[in-house]
Amino acid sequence: MKYLNSKEECMSYDELRALQSRRLCEQVRRSYERVECFRRRMDEKGLRPGDIRGVEDLHLLPFSYKKDLRDYYPYGLFAVPMKDVVRLHASSGTTGKRIVVGYTRNDLDMWGECVARMMAGLGVTAEDIVQVSFGYGLFTGGFGAHSGAERLGATVIPISSGNTANQIQTMVDFGATVLCCTPSYAMYLGEEAERMGVQDQLRLRIGIFGAEPWSENMRRKIEEKLGLRAYDIYGLSEVLGPGVACECSEQAGMHVWEDHFIAETINPDTGEVLPEGEVGELVFTSLTKEAFPVIRYRTRDICRLIREDCPCGRTHVRMSKPSGRTDDMLIIRGVNVFPSQIEEVLLRVSGNRITPNYQIVLDRVNNTDTFDVNVEMSEAFFSDNVRAIEALERNITEQLRSTLGIGAKVHLVNPKTIVRSEGKARRVVDNRSGKM
Amino acid sequence: MITKQLSVFLENETARLCAVADTLAKNHINIRALSLADTAEFGILRLIVDQPEKGREVLANEGIVVRLTNVLALSAQDAPGGALGALRVLAESGINVEYMYAYVAKVSGKAIMIVQVEDMEVAEEILRRHGFDEADFAGFGD
Repeated sequence: MKYLNSKEECMSYDELRALQSRRLCEQVRRSYERVECFRRRMDEKGLRPGDIRGVEDLHLLPFSYKKDLRDYYPYGLFAVPMKDVVRLHASSGTTGKRIVVGYTRNDLDMWGECVARMMAGLGVTAEDIVQVSFGYGLFTGGFGAHSGAERLGATVIPISSGNTANQIQTMVDFGATVLCCTPSYAMYLGEEAERMGVQDQLRLRIGIFGAEPWSENMRRKIEEKLGLRAYDIYGLSEVLGPGVACECSEQAGMHVWEDHFIAETINPDTGEVLPEGEVGELVFTSLTKEAFPVIRYRTRDICRLIREDCPCGRTHVRMSKPSGRTDDMLIIRGVNVFPSQIEEVLLRVSGNRITPNYQIVLDRVNNTDTFDVNVEMSEAFFSDNVRAIEALERNITEQLRSTLGIGAKVHLVNPKTIVRSEGKARRVVDNRSGKM
Repeated sequence: MITKQLSVFLENETARLCAVADTLAKNHINIRALSLADTAEFGILRLIVDQPEKGREVLANEGIVVRLTNVLALSAQDAPGGALGALRVLAESGINVEYMYAYVAKVSGKAIMIVQVEDMEVAEEILRRHGFDEADFAGFGD
């Protein structure tokens, strides 16, 4: 069994709790001093940093939300001066306004360590050649995987995403042994490699895939097509990026690095903390992050925590694959999409007169998400002119693409044909489950 | 010469076409002429009916997307070259025809041309000057 850092990864539960308690108190004190939003929420609850004496008091602390990142955009939640921030990452503004997070040099080191722990545990060494096909840029995927591989001294191919034929040629020519990307892209690369007839020339052994939901069935298919073992990595930029939780060689849940993060599951309606093992909304508290600390951050992901011993020897709690979301966010081809974004586009196209009824239909064909948007025709949109209607359809398609970053097929349909239940149109029909 | 046409949006389904015809029949509205334009994704049904205002109302009440549009309706001889005269006048006047359809009346024996152009008033004026007649719908079920 390989560990990057066996002392931290395998410390006893009691030691871990003691370490967490110490770090939590420190994190709360620092955040109280430096982050106005957190201080205000503490004051509203009549809490002082000194009231938090350890992990057992975690439940007293106020929650934080995605909305906070928008309300305090861009730097209002940073806990260090900008001179200490060495990197920014941002999400593309999936709910209208984008969010930005910052990292100090220590934060980047910690991030690299989190990813490197996973890689080391899976047997990645300095001998390996790691192809990072996650997007590089404001998205955390590319740089996150990159830093972990570099920390191990592996050879990194920072190819980023896209240009599939070139990706496969690179894999073959450079002898990549590890692949990091989204699972749907891995699937696509596997199919293309098959089509190009170069499967035999691939040297891949390990795949690290994340940033979108995928199933066991899809895992098996990817493993078969690319000839590797596929592992899941979890993260979100608000908390860190990929590497907050990682699968080990057991492929049975993702270890949350508990010396850096505390995971809780809560009842999303009442906020009440659930016993470990029960399904609820995942909530994270960062313990060591400097630039952008989070306290009880509501991820909106639904999962359960597994405290049982893992055969890999790591003591850190595991989280199950998220089984859903508490909000209406959809993940389509790895991109976060909110129905409200589609509403905004339709409203804009109608000249801010009306929001027509619409329905999002998702399916999975050949392991790729299909994304259709049905829009009910109305008198406000209708014209006697065929070209005008075709132009309308094109206009909606183009605006959706520029707003969401992915393409949708737009269909104009008869009014009142979108199924309604209790008078409310069913906005999303997701036929993907079971087809992953 | 300018007359009211019903334009109806149809998602490409036969049942929807039936629903339009059925609604008009139930309300005793007579269809005098019709044309269906279709693309891969949708269709536009264009109708000349005896009571356009009422037609619009009853269709809209059924949740059908409908609009009243102006078109030119004129008579032509039901003979070789019958349509040519009017088209030539429009072409020579630089008026672009967007779409047109034509029917032959049972009784009068004349053809009726329904023409959509950009500048309707100008086109009407020019056609009148060249002696084209108001469409005679006699024989279309009146």
